[in-house]
Amino acid sequence: MLNSSLLQLGSALRAKTISSVELTQLYLDRINALNPALNAYITTNFESSLAQARAADTLLASDKAQPLTGIPIAQKDIFCAKGWRTTCGSRMLENFIAPYDAHVIEQFNNAGAVNLGKTNMDEFAMGSSNETSHFGAVKNPWDRNAVPGGSSGGAACAVAARLCAAATGTDTGGSIRQPAALCGISGIKPTYGTVSRYGMIAFASSLDQAGPMARGAEDLALMLNVMTGFDERDSTSLQRDKEDYARDLSKPLAGLRIGLPKEFFAEGLSQDVASCVNEAIAEYKKLGATIVDISLPNSRLAVPVYYVLAPAEASSNLSRYDGVRYGYRAPEYTDLADMYEKSRAQGFGAEVKRRIMIGTYVLSHGYYDAYYLQAQKIRRLIAQDFENAFKQCDVIMGPTSPSTAFDLGSKGDDPVQMYLSDIYTIAVNLAGLPGMSIPAGFGSNGRPVGLQIIGNYFKEAQMLNVAHQYQLATDHHGRAPQNIEL
Amino acid sequence: MILANADVRKVARLARLAMSEAEIDAARTQLSGIFDLIAEMQAVDTQGITPMSHAQDLSQRLREDVVTQANQRELFQAIAPQIEAGLYLVPQVIE
Repeated sequence: MLNSSLLQLGSALRAKTISSVELTQLYLDRINALNPALNAYITTNFESSLAQARAADTLLASDKAQPLTGIPIAQKDIFCAKGWRTTCGSRMLENFIAPYDAHVIEQFNNAGAVNLGKTNMDEFAMGSSNETSHFGAVKNPWDRNAVPGGSSGGAACAVAARLCAAATGTDTGGSIRQPAALCGISGIKPTYGTVSRYGMIAFASSLDQAGPMARGAEDLALMLNVMTGFDERDSTSLQRDKEDYARDLSKPLAGLRIGLPKEFFAEGLSQDVASCVNEAIAEYKKLGATIVDISLPNSRLAVPVYYVLAPAEASSNLSRYDGVRYGYRAPEYTDLADMYEKSRAQGFGAEVKRRIMIGTYVLSHGYYDAYYLQAQKIRRLIAQDFENAFKQCDVIMGPTSPSTAFDLGSKGDDPVQMYLSDIYTIAVNLAGLPGMSIPAGFGSNGRPVGLQIIGNYFKEAQMLNVAHQYQLATDHHGRAPQNIEL
Repeated sequence: MILANADVRKVARLARLAMSEAEIDAARTQLSGIFDLIAEMQAVDTQGITPMSHAQDLSQRLREDVVTQANQRELFQAIAPQIEAGLYLVPQVIE
């Protein structure tokens, strides 16, 4: 049951081979046993999960079931879920009980899915290792001395360790793809504007995008079918017809043109990641794809541009945390300004404060043109690179992350080194394109390697097809870490 | 780029973050490193390039000016640090 796809779980539930209550209980028992060591979940509420499972069983008995009805899903703790503690990994929101549902949560509720709990994450999604969480680092289930990646590290860990059937994540600079790669699972960040940001706690609004994380591409398609859709409460939500992301899964790949950007295979890429990615490309050739050499000449600027734009937007978004209407308030203060300053100093962790300060600086008087405006101009150059590349190819492939998962604590003191671990993912967010990561084998240290697939705008169904065909021919995505059996 | 402690202190004040002198020292070193990384983009010629704020270059949608939310004062104030008589309490600001 733990290795079944969402499609298989749905069939079993509809055939009454298993009930949603039994399936939910199976996962809750696993969370009880394994979460103390892995720390993938921040909050669980067994009573609430089981109540949803009972309601799902009623739906399943009445023939009103949808594909995800009764299936237990883990929700990243960035999504407000009514009545659930929603912390965003921060002390600032340690006691915040969300008074409403995010659009994504509403969509899963309407589909009859079960919310298994809220997964751990870097504080306010700022991090690439999950070590900035106020609730402690998540362990990589493949090697507990390694980071799971971030910011959706709890979600990636929960999927890999079979602590949920599938999970939600969010991706501002790589936060779905990089942890998916480091934990040996699949994840997709759709085109910006495809999934509503309503009720998703804001980090950098022009880059933040939610997406699913699961073991295989087929599962991602079913999850995307539920998560996407226009929502007028998000001003950047796109008005488009509803599509079935599973419609092209079984198409053959003959004639597919894969672009390989030379900049993604240059200095800085570790040997074992390079060899796994090259093997995956060879497999695609066997499946009928042709290879095109392309160039993304401005991609080297993606990291510097991102570390202007994302902190600038974050400093503005996070100014709402003032200790007045909700969130942490310092126990002692002398006046209003002192209350703000102490509440924010004590409520935010070091990385969040660092980014607020970068953002405040680049937006401050006299610096706007040199930093923010210049970054937005280069952002267009980066997007144009992709536009040119997609004239020659259908999808772009390369590594998701320059190395396999690094050791816990190994990059703690050096923010710049940590930022460079997102060097291949950030440009995709800046351009607003869809990007995904799928398992492509293991490094010499036994830690997973991810293959990144970048598509043109709204080409998610094609990317899922490309991923699924590879997963039919290989078994990397079906592998499970040791020591997660009960 | 070399930042001075005074720059860091000014930014901390603008961002409403209380910081000790030791924290300002540490932040100065780390922020200087990050600004060295950012400095790479200064050399790029961007003359004539239109800034990009949204991938789809959409204009902001407008909606009808109608009430869409019910009043939920009690629900929202249940999570407030300090309230009294339906109001949020903060330290006195007007003498």
